[in-house]
Amino acid sequence: MAEPKKRHQAFEIKDCALAALATGQRAQNLKELRDRVRSVNPGSIYYHFWGGLLKPRFDDPEYNNDFASWVRHALHDKVLADRLGMIDPTEYPDMQDLRRELLDIIEERLDESEHLHWCGLDQQFYFITSQIVVFNTRKYIKKARELVTMIPAMTASSVFYHFIDARRRTFGNIDDFRSWLYGFDGQYVGLCERLSEVDPFFSTLTELRQQLADIFTLYFKENDR
Amino acid sequence: MTAILSKYAEIVGWDVIDQLHQLVDPLKGIKVVHVNSTKQGGGVAEILNKLVPIKKELGIDVSWEVIEGNAEFFKCTKNFHNALQGNKVEIPHSLLKSYEEVNRQNAERLRARLEEAEFVFIHDPQPAPLLSYCPDRKGKWIWRCHIDASRPYRAIWKYLSNFITGYDASIFSLAAFAQALPHKEYLVPPSIDPLSEKNIDLDRQEIEAVVGGLGIDLDRQIMLQVSRFDTFKDPVGVIHAYRLTKKFVPSLQLILAGGEATDDPESQTVLDEVRTAAGGDRDIHILLLPADAHRTINALQRAADIVLQKSTREGFGLTVTEAMWKGKPVIGGDTGGIRIQVVNHQTGFLVNTPEGAALRTRYLLFHRDLLLEMGAKARNFVRENFLLTRHLREYLTLMVSLLHGRGDRIELD
Repeated sequence: MAEPKKRHQAFEIKDCALAALATGQRAQNLKELRDRVRSVNPGSIYYHFWGGLLKPRFDDPEYNNDFASWVRHALHDKVLADRLGMIDPTEYPDMQDLRRELLDIIEERLDESEHLHWCGLDQQFYFITSQIVVFNTRKYIKKARELVTMIPAMTASSVFYHFIDARRRTFGNIDDFRSWLYGFDGQYVGLCERLSEVDPFFSTLTELRQQLADIFTLYFKENDR
Repeated sequence: MTAILSKYAEIVGWDVIDQLHQLVDPLKGIKVVHVNSTKQGGGVAEILNKLVPIKKELGIDVSWEVIEGNAEFFKCTKNFHNALQGNKVEIPHSLLKSYEEVNRQNAERLRARLEEAEFVFIHDPQPAPLLSYCPDRKGKWIWRCHIDASRPYRAIWKYLSNFITGYDASIFSLAAFAQALPHKEYLVPPSIDPLSEKNIDLDRQEIEAVVGGLGIDLDRQIMLQVSRFDTFKDPVGVIHAYRLTKKFVPSLQLILAGGEATDDPESQTVLDEVRTAAGGDRDIHILLLPADAHRTINALQRAADIVLQKSTREGFGLTVTEAMWKGKPVIGGDTGGIRIQVVNHQTGFLVNTPEGAALRTRYLLFHRDLLLEMGAKARNFVRENFLLTRHLREYLTLMVSLLHGRGDRIELD
């Protein structure tokens, strides 16, 4: 895990692209889903919770992870879909912990059910994993105030890298912005608190970028008064 | 920044183009070759016609080779296509021999270029055996499958997989199409080019001239399906759906516009079936368009009130993407790649029968405001997900991924 950045360090703006890969694993009923979740590589769990933000999907999905969506639309088990939809992956930066939570919920539902829900052959759940390619944009900022103009100019995938992917690699599992701002000797604690309240899970990346831009703009406007 | 990249930037934004430049950086100086079986006709040729020039614009040394085949070869590969889509097709040994021989001959012609390239992309089964005839290859070879191979006829898949297992990676349009192979299997949906003749904006005058010139009445409602004359596209089912709708909308016209692909020997048989099904109905327009009639197809898609793609199997369905880009909700077969484009009640409707297609057609013709609203959503969905720039980004990402690492994270300095 990376330590919080020191004050003198610049914030390097990076970007990323995701390559999606088939795992060959698939499930047609809940027991198969449980078995595959047990053994599939952690990258696949990550992809099905977070990868949705970087792949084709329609605005405002009812469920924010692929497991919940499949259980609802292919297995038609709304109860389980709602329970799976309530999992907040930001609480589980370690994918093994997230996997355990997922398994607990599925096991609980299997215990409750007398009949196993099945789906058709053409509606199976296909486990996908991904490789993330991270590259440097050669842009950087030195002052926190520069975030106001930088955020709107970032690509959606750059927002993903700094605000979501960061939680897997920073000290305290926080986004890169807070990680950097904490290095200013407590000067931006208030701003970090506002950032901590952002729930990235239901937004598209474009909406998330706007939300972050609004927070930075408002904060520095207030502090100018 | 070149003029062409600036034009893309106007549509997708400068940030997207900047990102492509950054991804290309570690690939500068490498040689890339794409190989397929036809220069014109069908979705693969269309994608390559655009993907190759834009890769060049970005500074990659890329070329596109087309294998030359005879009638027996194309008969065999058409059977492969059908078999990969699930038909139980028995292919005579003599045709398989012809397939291998044609590949061997093409390898003689192309070997030097293929063996020196850092990346070779082989599209679909037609040129798949080329790898086995290039023993001194130095680069990464990637097999790109554009077909819905979710449930292939196993005997044929077993034969073809002998040629494919040796590749360094393969690409499928959807996870459901991926087959068990001993290498990385990337997932990359295809795309359309917003600047191509088929997709650029046309003014009303041109649309009226083109469509009117084909004997179609623009004052009456139009149902359209654009696709090859292929049984998997179910053109006869579309005629059935039209007849069911026409009872309620007597002025309705149907256009079935098909292109000719040089690698599809069955299209004439299907065309004959379609003509028989149409009978003497003067409101059914069967158009056999030349492979380069892109602007005509563009005009037809823009003139149509309802666009269908009632396929029973579909790799991706670029005609769906094209219609959505023109602001049309699509009534599509509930299969393959159509499913990731057509979101029920949002960007169109998924249907399984002619009755389903007819019902949704009537619904949209009745709810004009909804038709426009869904069309706007469809266009935006394509802008964000199915344009050439996204496709290119994923190709560049997988090339970087294959060059730089095995783990799930690759950090480029």
